[in-house]
Amino acid sequence: MREFDVNSPLIYVVAAVIVVFVFSQSVFFLIKAWKQAQNMGMEKSMLRRIATSSAVFTIAPAIAILLGVLTLSNALGLPTPWMRLNTLGSVTYELPAAEMAATATGNSLSERITDARVYTTILWVMTLGIIPSLFLAPFLMRKIHSGVVSVGAKDKKWGEIFMTALFLGMISAFLGMIFSRIGEGLTGWIPVFVMLCSAIIMTALGILYKKGKIAWLENYALPLSMISAMALSIPITRAIG
Amino acid sequence: MNEINNNGELGIKTPRDYFSTVNFYGRIWMLSALSLFIAVPAFVSIYYDAWPNLNEFFVGFIGIAPTFWVVAIIEMFTYIPMLGIGGSYLGFVTGNLTNLKVPCAINAMTAAKVEAGTEEGDVISTIAIAVSSIVTTLIITFGCFMLFWIRPVLEAPILAPAFANILPALFGALGVVMISRGWKIAVAPIVFMLVLFMLIPGLASAVGILVPAGVVVAVVAARLMYKKGWL
Repeated sequence: MREFDVNSPLIYVVAAVIVVFVFSQSVFFLIKAWKQAQNMGMEKSMLRRIATSSAVFTIAPAIAILLGVLTLSNALGLPTPWMRLNTLGSVTYELPAAEMAATATGNSLSERITDARVYTTILWVMTLGIIPSLFLAPFLMRKIHSGVVSVGAKDKKWGEIFMTALFLGMISAFLGMIFSRIGEGLTGWIPVFVMLCSAIIMTALGILYKKGKIAWLENYALPLSMISAMALSIPITRAIG
Repeated sequence: MNEINNNGELGIKTPRDYFSTVNFYGRIWMLSALSLFIAVPAFVSIYYDAWPNLNEFFVGFIGIAPTFWVVAIIEMFTYIPMLGIGGSYLGFVTGNLTNLKVPCAINAMTAAKVEAGTEEGDVISTIAIAVSSIVTTLIITFGCFMLFWIRPVLEAPILAPAFANILPALFGALGVVMISRGWKIAVAPIVFMLVLFMLIPGLASAVGILVPAGVVVAVVAARLMYKKGWL
Protein backbone atom coordinates (compact mmCIF):
# COMPACT_ATOMS: atom_id res chain seq x y z
CA MET A 1 0.00 0.00 0.00
CA ARG A 2 1.30 3.46 -0.95
CA GLU A 3 1.97 6.04 1.73
CA PHE A 4 -1.18 8.13 2.24
CA ASP A 5 -1.65 11.79 3.11
CA VAL A 6 -4.94 13.74 2.91
CA ASN A 7 -2.98 16.67 1.47
CA SER A 8 -0.99 14.66 -1.06
CA PRO A 9 -0.37 16.18 -4.52
CA LEU A 10 -2.39 13.33 -6.04
CA ILE A 11 -5.52 14.29 -4.08
CA TYR A 12 -4.97 17.93 -5.05
CA VAL A 13 -4.84 16.92 -8.73
CA VAL A 14 -8.01 14.81 -8.42
CA ALA A 15 -9.81 17.69 -6.66
CA ALA A 16 -8.58 20.17 -9.27
CA VAL A 17 -10.03 18.02 -12.09
CA ILE A 18 -13.45 18.09 -10.42
CA VAL A 19 -13.30 21.83 -9.69
CA VAL A 20 -12.25 22.61 -13.29
CA PHE A 21 -15.08 20.38 -14.58
CA VAL A 22 -17.70 22.17 -12.48
CA PHE A 23 -16.26 25.57 -13.39
CA SER A 24 -16.35 24.68 -17.10
CA GLN A 25 -19.97 23.56 -16.83
CA SER A 26 -20.90 26.91 -15.25
CA VAL A 27 -19.12 28.85 -18.01
CA PHE A 28 -20.77 26.68 -20.69
CA PHE A 29 -24.28 27.26 -19.32
CA LEU A 30 -23.59 30.96 -18.79
CA ILE A 31 -22.61 31.40 -22.45
CA LYS A 32 -25.61 29.38 -23.69
CA ALA A 33 -28.10 31.28 -21.53
CA TRP A 34 -26.53 34.67 -22.29
CA LYS A 35 -26.77 34.07 -26.06
CA GLN A 36 -30.36 32.88 -25.71
CA ALA A 37 -31.24 35.94 -23.62
CA GLN A 38 -29.94 38.18 -26.39
CA ASN A 39 -31.82 36.18 -29.01
CA MET A 40 -34.96 36.79 -26.95
CA GLY A 41 -34.35 40.52 -27.05
CA MET A 42 -33.14 41.05 -23.48
CA GLU A 43 -30.90 44.09 -23.12
CA LYS A 44 -27.19 43.58 -22.53
CA SER A 45 -27.15 46.20 -19.78
CA MET A 46 -29.92 44.39 -17.90
CA LEU A 47 -28.09 41.06 -18.23
CA ARG A 48 -24.89 42.67 -16.92
CA ARG A 49 -26.81 44.06 -13.93
CA ILE A 50 -28.27 40.62 -13.21
CA ALA A 51 -24.83 38.99 -13.43
CA THR A 52 -23.19 41.61 -11.18
CA SER A 53 -26.03 41.43 -8.66
CA SER A 54 -25.77 37.61 -8.58
CA ALA A 55 -22.01 37.85 -8.03
CA VAL A 56 -22.41 40.33 -5.15
CA PHE A 57 -25.21 38.24 -3.67
CA THR A 58 -22.96 35.16 -3.67
CA ILE A 59 -20.05 36.66 -1.71
CA ALA A 60 -21.37 36.29 1.87
CA PRO A 61 -22.82 32.74 1.46
CA ALA A 62 -19.63 31.67 -0.36
CA ILE A 63 -17.51 32.85 2.57
CA ALA A 64 -19.79 30.82 4.85
CA ILE A 65 -19.16 27.79 2.60
CA LEU A 66 -15.43 28.48 2.90
CA LEU A 67 -15.85 28.20 6.68
CA GLY A 68 -17.30 24.73 6.06
CA VAL A 69 -14.18 23.89 4.05
CA LEU A 70 -12.05 24.96 7.01
CA THR A 71 -14.09 22.80 9.41
CA LEU A 72 -13.72 19.70 7.26
CA SER A 73 -10.06 20.40 6.45
CA ASN A 74 -9.02 19.59 10.01
CA ALA A 75 -9.77 15.91 9.39
CA LEU A 76 -9.82 15.53 5.61
CA GLY A 77 -7.10 17.98 4.55
CA LEU A 78 -7.74 20.82 2.14
CA PRO A 79 -8.30 19.27 -1.33
CA THR A 80 -11.22 17.02 -0.37
CA PRO A 81 -13.50 19.72 1.12
CA TRP A 82 -12.37 22.10 -1.64
CA MET A 83 -13.68 19.56 -4.17
CA ARG A 84 -16.76 18.46 -2.22
CA LEU A 85 -18.11 21.92 -1.38
CA ASN A 86 -17.88 23.01 -5.01
CA THR A 87 -20.22 20.17 -5.99
CA LEU A 88 -23.55 18.51 -5.20
CA GLY A 89 -24.39 19.00 -1.54
CA SER A 90 -23.75 21.68 1.04
CA VAL A 91 -22.10 21.95 4.44
CA THR A 92 -25.32 20.70 6.03
CA TYR A 93 -24.87 17.45 4.08
CA GLU A 94 -21.11 17.03 3.79
CA LEU A 95 -20.39 17.44 7.51
CA PRO A 96 -22.86 14.84 8.86
CA ALA A 97 -22.00 12.44 5.99
CA ALA A 98 -18.27 12.64 6.77
CA GLU A 99 -18.94 12.38 10.52
CA MET A 100 -21.23 9.35 10.07
CA ALA A 101 -18.65 7.54 7.92
CA ALA A 102 -15.77 8.42 10.24
CA THR A 103 -17.74 7.14 13.24
CA ALA A 104 -18.53 3.90 11.39
CA THR A 105 -14.79 3.29 11.02
CA GLY A 106 -14.20 4.04 14.71
CA ASN A 107 -12.68 7.45 13.98
CA SER A 108 -13.72 11.05 14.46
CA LEU A 109 -13.46 14.25 12.45
CA SER A 110 -11.79 15.93 15.40
CA GLU A 111 -8.43 14.51 14.29
CA ARG A 112 -6.57 14.18 10.98
CA ILE A 113 -7.40 11.03 8.97
CA THR A 114 -4.16 9.17 8.31
CA ASP A 115 -5.47 5.77 7.18
CA ALA A 116 -6.22 5.48 3.44
CA ARG A 117 -8.97 2.92 4.07
CA VAL A 118 -10.78 5.23 6.49
CA TYR A 119 -10.38 8.09 4.00
CA THR A 120 -11.84 6.10 1.08
CA THR A 121 -14.75 4.92 3.27
CA ILE A 122 -15.57 8.55 4.07
CA LEU A 123 -15.20 9.55 0.42
CA TRP A 124 -17.47 6.74 -0.82
CA VAL A 125 -20.17 7.55 1.75
CA MET A 126 -20.02 11.29 0.96
CA THR A 127 -20.23 10.58 -2.78
CA LEU A 128 -22.99 7.97 -2.82
CA GLY A 129 -25.04 9.49 0.01
CA ILE A 130 -26.38 12.27 -2.21
CA ILE A 131 -26.08 10.85 -5.73
CA PRO A 132 -29.77 10.31 -6.78
CA SER A 133 -30.32 13.76 -8.29
CA LEU A 134 -27.44 13.17 -10.71
CA PHE A 135 -28.81 9.96 -12.20
CA LEU A 136 -32.53 10.77 -11.92
CA ALA A 137 -32.59 14.40 -13.06
CA PRO A 138 -31.49 13.73 -16.67
CA PHE A 139 -34.50 11.43 -17.12
CA LEU A 140 -37.09 13.37 -15.11
CA MET A 141 -36.11 16.95 -15.99
CA ARG A 142 -38.29 17.44 -19.07
CA LYS A 143 -41.29 15.61 -17.54
CA ILE A 144 -41.28 17.74 -14.38
CA HIS A 145 -40.67 20.93 -16.37
CA SER A 146 -43.41 20.12 -18.92
CA GLY A 147 -45.83 19.49 -16.06
CA VAL A 148 -45.18 22.97 -14.69
CA VAL A 149 -45.47 24.60 -18.11
CA SER A 150 -48.79 22.85 -18.71
CA VAL A 151 -50.16 24.23 -15.41
CA GLY A 152 -49.47 27.77 -16.67
CA ALA A 153 -50.74 26.98 -20.17
CA LYS A 154 -54.12 25.75 -18.92
CA ASP A 155 -54.75 28.70 -16.59
CA LYS A 156 -52.27 31.59 -16.68
CA LYS A 157 -53.40 33.19 -13.41
CA TRP A 158 -53.30 29.89 -11.51
CA GLY A 159 -49.89 29.19 -13.07
CA GLU A 160 -48.52 32.41 -11.54
CA ILE A 161 -50.14 31.72 -8.17
CA PHE A 162 -48.76 28.15 -8.26
CA MET A 163 -45.19 29.40 -8.79
CA THR A 164 -45.53 31.98 -6.00
CA ALA A 165 -46.87 29.23 -3.71
CA LEU A 166 -43.84 27.03 -4.53
CA PHE A 167 -41.41 29.79 -3.54
CA LEU A 168 -43.37 30.75 -0.43
CA GLY A 169 -43.56 27.10 0.63
CA MET A 170 -39.78 26.86 0.52
CA ILE A 171 -39.23 30.16 2.31
CA SER A 172 -41.80 29.32 5.01
CA ALA A 173 -39.72 26.32 6.10
CA PHE A 174 -36.68 28.53 6.68
CA LEU A 175 -38.70 31.31 8.34
CA GLY A 176 -40.15 28.69 10.70
CA MET A 177 -36.70 27.28 11.43
CA ILE A 178 -35.50 30.73 12.55
CA PHE A 179 -38.02 30.53 15.44
CA SER A 180 -36.93 27.03 16.52
CA ARG A 181 -34.62 28.30 19.30
CA ILE A 182 -36.93 30.81 21.00
CA GLY A 183 -37.55 28.32 23.80
CA GLU A 184 -33.91 28.81 24.89
CA GLY A 185 -34.63 32.30 26.21
CA LEU A 186 -33.46 35.66 24.90
CA THR A 187 -30.39 34.24 23.09
CA GLY A 188 -32.73 32.02 21.08
CA TRP A 189 -34.37 35.17 19.72
CA ILE A 190 -31.13 36.45 18.14
CA PRO A 191 -31.85 34.80 14.73
CA VAL A 192 -35.37 36.28 14.85
CA PHE A 193 -34.00 39.77 15.50
CA VAL A 194 -31.46 39.36 12.68
CA MET A 195 -34.23 38.22 10.34
CA LEU A 196 -36.35 41.23 11.32
CA CYS A 197 -33.39 43.60 10.72
CA SER A 198 -32.91 42.09 7.27
CA ALA A 199 -36.64 42.39 6.50
CA ILE A 200 -36.80 46.02 7.70
CA ILE A 201 -33.71 47.01 5.68
CA MET A 202 -35.12 45.26 2.59
CA THR A 203 -38.44 47.08 3.02
CA ALA A 204 -36.67 50.43 3.44
CA LEU A 205 -34.51 49.83 0.35
CA GLY A 206 -37.61 48.74 -1.56
CA ILE A 207 -39.39 52.00 -0.68
CA LEU A 208 -36.23 53.93 -1.56
CA TYR A 209 -35.82 52.44 -5.03
CA LYS A 210 -39.54 52.65 -5.83
CA LYS A 211 -40.18 56.18 -4.51
CA GLY A 212 -36.72 57.52 -5.34
CA LYS A 213 -36.68 55.69 -8.70
CA ILE A 214 -33.14 54.43 -8.04
CA ALA A 215 -33.15 51.55 -10.52
CA TRP A 216 -29.69 50.14 -9.71
CA LEU A 217 -30.64 49.73 -6.06
CA GLU A 218 -33.26 47.11 -6.97
CA ASN A 219 -30.55 44.70 -8.10
CA TYR A 220 -28.50 45.07 -4.94
CA ALA A 221 -31.23 45.45 -2.31
CA LEU A 222 -31.18 41.77 -1.33
CA PRO A 223 -27.39 41.35 -0.92
CA LEU A 224 -27.20 44.74 0.85
CA SER A 225 -29.96 43.74 3.29
CA MET A 226 -28.34 40.37 3.94
CA ILE A 227 -24.85 41.75 4.57
CA SER A 228 -26.18 44.62 6.73
CA ALA A 229 -28.21 42.18 8.86
CA MET A 230 -25.18 39.90 9.23
CA ALA A 231 -23.16 42.91 10.41
CA LEU A 232 -25.94 43.90 12.83
CA SER A 233 -25.97 40.38 14.28
CA ILE A 234 -22.62 41.21 15.91
CA PRO A 235 -23.87 44.04 18.19
CA ILE A 236 -27.19 42.20 18.71
CA THR A 237 -25.34 39.09 19.93
CA ARG A 238 -23.08 41.20 22.15
CA ALA A 239 -26.03 43.05 23.66
CA ILE A 240 -28.02 39.88 24.36
CA GLY A 241 -25.36 37.24 24.85
CA MET B 1 -40.04 41.12 -23.46
CA ASN B 2 -40.04 40.08 -27.12
CA GLU B 3 -42.32 37.22 -27.98
CA ILE B 4 -40.71 34.47 -30.03
CA ASN B 5 -42.91 32.37 -32.23
CA ASN B 6 -42.68 28.61 -32.36
CA ASN B 7 -42.38 28.34 -36.11
CA GLY B 8 -38.67 28.95 -36.30
CA GLU B 9 -39.19 31.53 -39.05
CA LEU B 10 -36.30 33.63 -40.31
CA GLY B 11 -33.86 31.39 -38.51
CA ILE B 12 -34.80 32.72 -35.11
CA LYS B 13 -34.07 30.20 -32.36
CA THR B 14 -37.32 29.27 -30.70
CA PRO B 15 -37.74 28.48 -26.99
CA ARG B 16 -38.32 24.87 -28.03
CA ASP B 17 -34.90 24.83 -29.68
CA TYR B 18 -33.32 26.33 -26.59
CA PHE B 19 -34.95 23.89 -24.16
CA SER B 20 -34.07 20.90 -26.34
CA THR B 21 -30.48 22.09 -26.68
CA VAL B 22 -30.11 22.81 -22.97
CA ASN B 23 -31.67 19.47 -22.09
CA PHE B 24 -29.33 17.66 -24.49
CA TYR B 25 -26.17 19.33 -23.17
CA GLY B 26 -27.47 19.22 -19.60
CA ARG B 27 -27.82 15.44 -19.79
CA ILE B 28 -24.29 15.09 -21.15
CA TRP B 29 -22.84 17.35 -18.44
CA MET B 30 -24.80 15.70 -15.67
CA LEU B 31 -24.04 12.12 -16.67
CA SER B 32 -20.38 13.10 -17.12
CA ALA B 33 -20.46 14.62 -13.63
CA LEU B 34 -22.01 11.42 -12.26
CA SER B 35 -19.24 9.30 -13.82
CA LEU B 36 -16.51 11.69 -12.73
CA PHE B 37 -17.74 12.01 -9.14
CA ILE B 38 -17.92 8.22 -8.75
CA ALA B 39 -14.51 7.87 -10.41
CA VAL B 40 -12.89 9.94 -7.63
CA PRO B 41 -13.30 7.48 -4.73
CA ALA B 42 -12.78 4.57 -7.14
CA PHE B 43 -9.49 6.01 -8.38
CA VAL B 44 -8.23 6.83 -4.87
CA SER B 45 -9.20 3.34 -3.66
CA ILE B 46 -7.34 1.72 -6.57
CA TYR B 47 -4.29 4.00 -6.31
CA TYR B 48 -3.81 3.44 -2.57
CA ASP B 49 -5.14 -0.13 -2.77
CA ALA B 50 -7.42 0.86 0.10
CA TRP B 51 -11.04 -0.22 -0.43
CA PRO B 52 -13.54 0.41 2.34
CA ASN B 53 -14.50 -2.38 4.68
CA LEU B 54 -18.05 -3.19 3.46
CA ASN B 55 -19.54 -3.37 6.96
CA GLU B 56 -18.14 0.04 7.88
CA PHE B 57 -19.25 1.51 4.56
CA PHE B 58 -22.82 0.24 4.98
CA VAL B 59 -23.06 1.48 8.58
CA GLY B 60 -22.01 4.96 7.41
CA PHE B 61 -24.08 4.82 4.23
CA ILE B 62 -27.28 3.64 5.91
CA GLY B 63 -26.83 6.37 8.50
CA ILE B 64 -26.92 9.07 5.85
CA ALA B 65 -28.54 7.84 2.62
CA PRO B 66 -32.19 7.25 3.67
CA THR B 67 -32.51 10.91 4.69
CA PHE B 68 -30.47 12.55 1.97
CA TRP B 69 -31.66 10.34 -0.90
CA VAL B 70 -35.24 11.30 0.00
CA VAL B 71 -34.23 14.98 0.25
CA ALA B 72 -32.40 14.79 -3.10
CA ILE B 73 -35.40 13.23 -4.86
CA ILE B 74 -37.89 15.67 -3.32
CA GLU B 75 -35.61 18.60 -4.16
CA MET B 76 -35.90 17.70 -7.84
CA PHE B 77 -39.67 18.06 -7.78
CA THR B 78 -39.44 21.27 -5.73
CA TYR B 79 -36.59 23.09 -7.45
CA ILE B 80 -36.88 22.12 -11.14
CA PRO B 81 -40.11 24.20 -11.49
CA MET B 82 -38.40 27.13 -9.73
CA LEU B 83 -35.02 27.06 -11.47
CA GLY B 84 -36.02 25.83 -14.93
CA ILE B 85 -34.07 23.32 -17.02
CA GLY B 86 -30.72 25.12 -17.43
CA GLY B 87 -30.62 26.35 -13.84
CA SER B 88 -31.50 22.90 -12.49
CA TYR B 89 -28.87 21.03 -14.51
CA LEU B 90 -26.28 23.44 -13.17
CA GLY B 91 -27.68 23.79 -9.65
CA PHE B 92 -27.87 20.05 -8.97
CA VAL B 93 -24.25 19.53 -10.00
CA THR B 94 -22.82 22.56 -8.19
CA GLY B 95 -24.86 22.10 -4.99
CA ASN B 96 -25.61 24.61 -2.23
CA LEU B 97 -29.16 24.99 -3.53
CA THR B 98 -31.23 26.21 -0.59
CA ASN B 99 -28.55 28.37 1.02
CA LEU B 100 -27.36 30.04 -2.18
CA LYS B 101 -28.48 29.05 -5.69
CA VAL B 102 -32.28 29.16 -5.24
CA PRO B 103 -32.29 32.54 -3.40
CA CYS B 104 -29.83 33.88 -5.99
CA ALA B 105 -32.12 32.78 -8.85
CA ILE B 106 -35.19 34.27 -7.12
CA ASN B 107 -33.32 37.56 -6.65
CA ALA B 108 -32.31 37.64 -10.33
CA MET B 109 -35.77 36.75 -11.66
CA THR B 110 -37.37 39.39 -9.42
CA ALA B 111 -34.89 42.07 -10.53
CA ALA B 112 -35.37 41.13 -14.21
CA LYS B 113 -39.18 41.07 -13.71
CA VAL B 114 -39.53 37.62 -15.27
CA GLU B 115 -41.56 34.68 -13.98
CA ALA B 116 -40.20 31.26 -13.05
CA GLY B 117 -41.51 28.55 -15.37
CA THR B 118 -41.27 30.79 -18.45
CA GLU B 119 -38.51 30.83 -21.08
CA GLU B 120 -37.31 34.20 -19.82
CA GLY B 121 -37.26 32.94 -16.24
CA ASP B 122 -35.27 29.87 -17.27
CA VAL B 123 -32.61 31.96 -19.00
CA ILE B 124 -32.25 34.49 -16.16
CA SER B 125 -32.18 31.73 -13.53
CA THR B 126 -29.42 29.93 -15.48
CA ILE B 127 -27.33 33.12 -15.75
CA ALA B 128 -27.72 33.79 -12.00
CA ILE B 129 -26.81 30.23 -11.00
CA ALA B 130 -23.87 30.10 -13.42
CA VAL B 131 -22.44 33.39 -12.14
CA SER B 132 -23.05 32.30 -8.55
CA SER B 133 -21.28 28.97 -9.14
CA ILE B 134 -18.31 30.68 -10.80
CA VAL B 135 -17.97 33.22 -7.96
CA THR B 136 -18.34 30.47 -5.32
CA THR B 137 -15.61 28.39 -6.97
CA LEU B 138 -13.29 31.41 -7.19
CA ILE B 139 -13.87 32.40 -3.55
CA ILE B 140 -13.42 28.86 -2.21
CA THR B 141 -10.34 28.28 -4.37
CA PHE B 142 -8.82 31.63 -3.44
CA GLY B 143 -9.66 30.96 0.22
CA CYS B 144 -8.06 27.51 0.18
CA PHE B 145 -4.81 28.78 -1.27
CA MET B 146 -4.69 31.89 0.94
CA LEU B 147 -5.78 29.94 3.99
CA PHE B 148 -2.74 30.79 6.06
CA TRP B 149 -3.55 34.51 5.88
CA ILE B 150 -7.34 34.51 5.91
CA ARG B 151 -8.00 31.77 8.48
CA PRO B 152 -7.46 34.08 11.50
CA VAL B 153 -9.90 36.59 10.00
CA LEU B 154 -12.58 34.03 9.13
CA GLU B 155 -12.34 32.34 12.50
CA ALA B 156 -12.18 35.58 14.51
CA PRO B 157 -14.69 35.33 17.39
CA ILE B 158 -16.05 38.79 16.61
CA LEU B 159 -17.27 37.60 13.18
CA ALA B 160 -18.76 34.33 14.45
CA PRO B 161 -22.31 35.75 15.00
CA ALA B 162 -22.39 37.09 11.44
CA PHE B 163 -21.70 33.68 9.90
CA ALA B 164 -23.97 31.93 12.42
CA ASN B 165 -26.86 34.14 11.29
CA ILE B 166 -26.45 33.99 7.53
CA LEU B 167 -29.74 32.13 6.96
CA PRO B 168 -31.89 34.54 9.05
CA ALA B 169 -30.19 37.46 7.24
CA LEU B 170 -30.88 35.86 3.86
CA PHE B 171 -34.44 34.68 4.42
CA GLY B 172 -35.56 37.88 6.19
CA ALA B 173 -34.93 39.91 3.03
CA LEU B 174 -36.07 37.16 0.70
CA GLY B 175 -39.24 36.77 2.78
CA VAL B 176 -40.12 40.42 2.15
CA VAL B 177 -39.64 39.97 -1.61
CA MET B 178 -41.80 36.86 -1.81
CA ILE B 179 -44.47 37.79 0.73
CA SER B 180 -45.03 41.09 -1.08
CA ARG B 181 -45.91 39.06 -4.19
CA GLY B 182 -48.81 37.33 -2.45
CA TRP B 183 -49.21 37.76 1.29
CA LYS B 184 -52.45 35.80 1.33
CA ILE B 185 -50.64 32.75 -0.09
CA ALA B 186 -47.90 33.16 2.54
CA VAL B 187 -50.14 33.01 5.62
CA ALA B 188 -50.92 29.25 5.70
CA PRO B 189 -47.39 27.83 5.14
CA ILE B 190 -45.74 30.37 7.46
CA VAL B 191 -48.21 29.78 10.31
CA PHE B 192 -47.86 26.02 9.78
CA MET B 193 -44.06 26.15 9.91
CA LEU B 194 -43.92 28.55 12.87
CA VAL B 195 -46.16 26.27 14.95
CA LEU B 196 -44.26 23.16 13.84
CA PHE B 197 -40.79 24.53 14.68
CA MET B 198 -41.91 26.05 17.99
CA LEU B 199 -43.48 22.74 19.05
CA ILE B 200 -40.60 20.56 17.80
CA PRO B 201 -37.38 22.68 17.80
CA GLY B 202 -35.27 19.62 16.96
CA LEU B 203 -36.65 19.74 13.40
CA ALA B 204 -34.29 22.64 12.65
CA SER B 205 -31.62 20.15 11.62
CA ALA B 206 -34.04 18.61 9.10
CA VAL B 207 -35.28 21.79 7.45
CA GLY B 208 -34.44 20.42 3.99
CA ILE B 209 -37.00 17.64 4.45
CA LEU B 210 -39.64 20.16 5.54
CA VAL B 211 -39.33 22.33 2.42
CA PRO B 212 -41.65 20.05 0.40
CA ALA B 213 -44.10 20.00 3.33
CA GLY B 214 -44.18 23.81 3.21
CA VAL B 215 -44.66 23.66 -0.56
CA VAL B 216 -47.60 21.24 -0.27
CA VAL B 217 -49.30 23.41 2.40
CA ALA B 218 -48.74 26.56 0.31
CA VAL B 219 -50.02 25.03 -2.96
CA VAL B 220 -53.10 23.39 -1.36
CA ALA B 221 -54.01 26.58 0.54
CA ALA B 222 -53.45 28.70 -2.59
CA ARG B 223 -55.63 26.36 -4.68
CA LEU B 224 -58.47 26.51 -2.13
CA MET B 225 -58.29 30.32 -1.98
CA TYR B 226 -58.13 30.54 -5.77
CA LYS B 227 -61.20 28.33 -6.15
CA LYS B 228 -63.06 30.53 -3.64
CA GLY B 229 -62.02 33.63 -5.55
CA TRP B 230 -59.92 35.08 -2.71
CA LEU B 231 -56.79 35.55 -4.84
